[in-house]
Amino acid sequence: MADKKVGKQTLQFACAPAITSWASIVGPMEGQGPLKEYFDMVLEDNLAPGEQSWEKTEQKLMQHSMELALEKVKILPGDLDFYFAGDLLNQIITANFTARFLSIPFIGLYGACSTLAEGLCMGSIFLDGGFAEKVGVSASSHHDTAERQLRFPTEQGSQRPLTAQWTVTGAGSYVLQKTGTGIVITHATIGKIQDLGESNANNMGTAMAPAACDTIITHLQDLGRKIHDYDLIITGDLGEVGLAVLKELLGSKGYATDRVSDCGVLIYEPQQDVHSGGSGCGCSAVVLNYLLDEMLYKKKYYRIFFVGTGALLSPTSSFQGESIPGIAHGVVLEYR
Amino acid sequence: MFDEFAAIKKRIKQREKVLKAWADMKPNDKTRIQQDMQKDHQSVLLKEAQVTGDERQQIFSLRREIEEQEQRFQQADGIAFQKRVKKLAPKPNIVKNTILAFLVGGAICMLGQIIYDLFANSGLTEKNASAATAAALVFGGAFLTGLGVYDVLGKFAGAGSIVPITGFANSVAASALEFKREGFIYGVGARLFTVAGPVIVYGTVVSIFIGLIYYLVR
Repeated sequence: MADKKVGKQTLQFACAPAITSWASIVGPMEGQGPLKEYFDMVLEDNLAPGEQSWEKTEQKLMQHSMELALEKVKILPGDLDFYFAGDLLNQIITANFTARFLSIPFIGLYGACSTLAEGLCMGSIFLDGGFAEKVGVSASSHHDTAERQLRFPTEQGSQRPLTAQWTVTGAGSYVLQKTGTGIVITHATIGKIQDLGESNANNMGTAMAPAACDTIITHLQDLGRKIHDYDLIITGDLGEVGLAVLKELLGSKGYATDRVSDCGVLIYEPQQDVHSGGSGCGCSAVVLNYLLDEMLYKKKYYRIFFVGTGALLSPTSSFQGESIPGIAHGVVLEYR
Repeated sequence: MFDEFAAIKKRIKQREKVLKAWADMKPNDKTRIQQDMQKDHQSVLLKEAQVTGDERQQIFSLRREIEEQEQRFQQADGIAFQKRVKKLAPKPNIVKNTILAFLVGGAICMLGQIIYDLFANSGLTEKNASAATAAALVFGGAFLTGLGVYDVLGKFAGAGSIVPITGFANSVAASALEFKREGFIYGVGARLFTVAGPVIVYGTVVSIFIGLIYYLVR
């Protein structure tokens, strides 16, 4: 019997794994945003010092964020039992090369922008199942590597539609331990793919919103909770447009939406001209750093539901006329 | 013939009637119908795998019917959703964008005319002056791309900076810059025309047809 599963899709962790350390590195644009003081390091250029390509820069971002997170609790990569990481690039190259440097057992993840939430779920399962004592979780994205893979060359002089989002340059890493105090993961809800026919690669918020809505409602039903049992329900990267769609969907089903927010809306200032907001694995991965800081040091939130949202976009399937499948995984973070 | 054939055909017909009311159905009923479809799909597929020849062909067409129906059910939710969210997406300012495109596009063309006149006045024939003007504009577009200016211009001007020949130069130079890191063969060489390629291909095709028409009606 699945005695750690509640309802249809929610996992309940008996040991409540703790997030004991976290770190983030971002690009120059994110470093000018409203959350700049919460990031551990800000790059001065889209290329990391000494690197020749954006892909290598993104790899360094992920590796260095993990190393910073490890250094904060004075452990080495070898002290981690497993490493869960993913990114947006084909064959998740950022994560693969980072795992090569860290040289620890590695499980590569692809959940598009939901990768961090997926990693936190997987890590917690390993810890709660007694298969590990400490695990590391990372996710990253880079604006230029993503643009050139998914859309146009970066110097192409095209006009971005108002629904478009700006892929965040940044990486966030987290160290999870089986026991610990501070911030713990009590539940996780694994999402189902939702695809309501959105096929515009410049409107991914709308493509992901139904998945976020489904995961949030299923989670609340599984646990018999209400929206107001949480201080904050925060999605990964729906952006302004996607958040409006999510609120409309939740509102039409009778749910309150005043405590629902989105990492992609928080990461940039409106005058930064990013249109609908931030996106990418890095978006939720670095904004969660800010949220955890707020929970731990300022006691602003005691319980949040962090919902990573992923638009599983592939240029190949898009050109073949397919719509964009969306997915959302959620984890409950509590301050204890 | 496998026994379930008629029964499954009947169920497909019954489900088709439900499709119209799909949007207003309860989640549990939706799940039940989806599971019914999956059940039919799986059993037909297994049968298809077990037989060969004409019989397989027949069962294949039944499976195809189920798959197409599954797709219609998947899309049913999407149609209502798209209608609902359309009004939530911000609308571009068409008047402002059109004026900007007109001004910038017009300015680029005027610049072209000035360059042409300069060439023509300095003694080039009409044909050579046109070619030299095109070359100068292409160089300008590529040069501004290299300086990182053209994408900023494109953000404000939209079609105004894409449609003139400078936009064509921008798309080629942008690709060249982008794929330089993958080397000169697999990078620049192979990917130079990723954006401009379709323009070249269909420009050539259309010019062949225009040439044919010209030849026939002359």
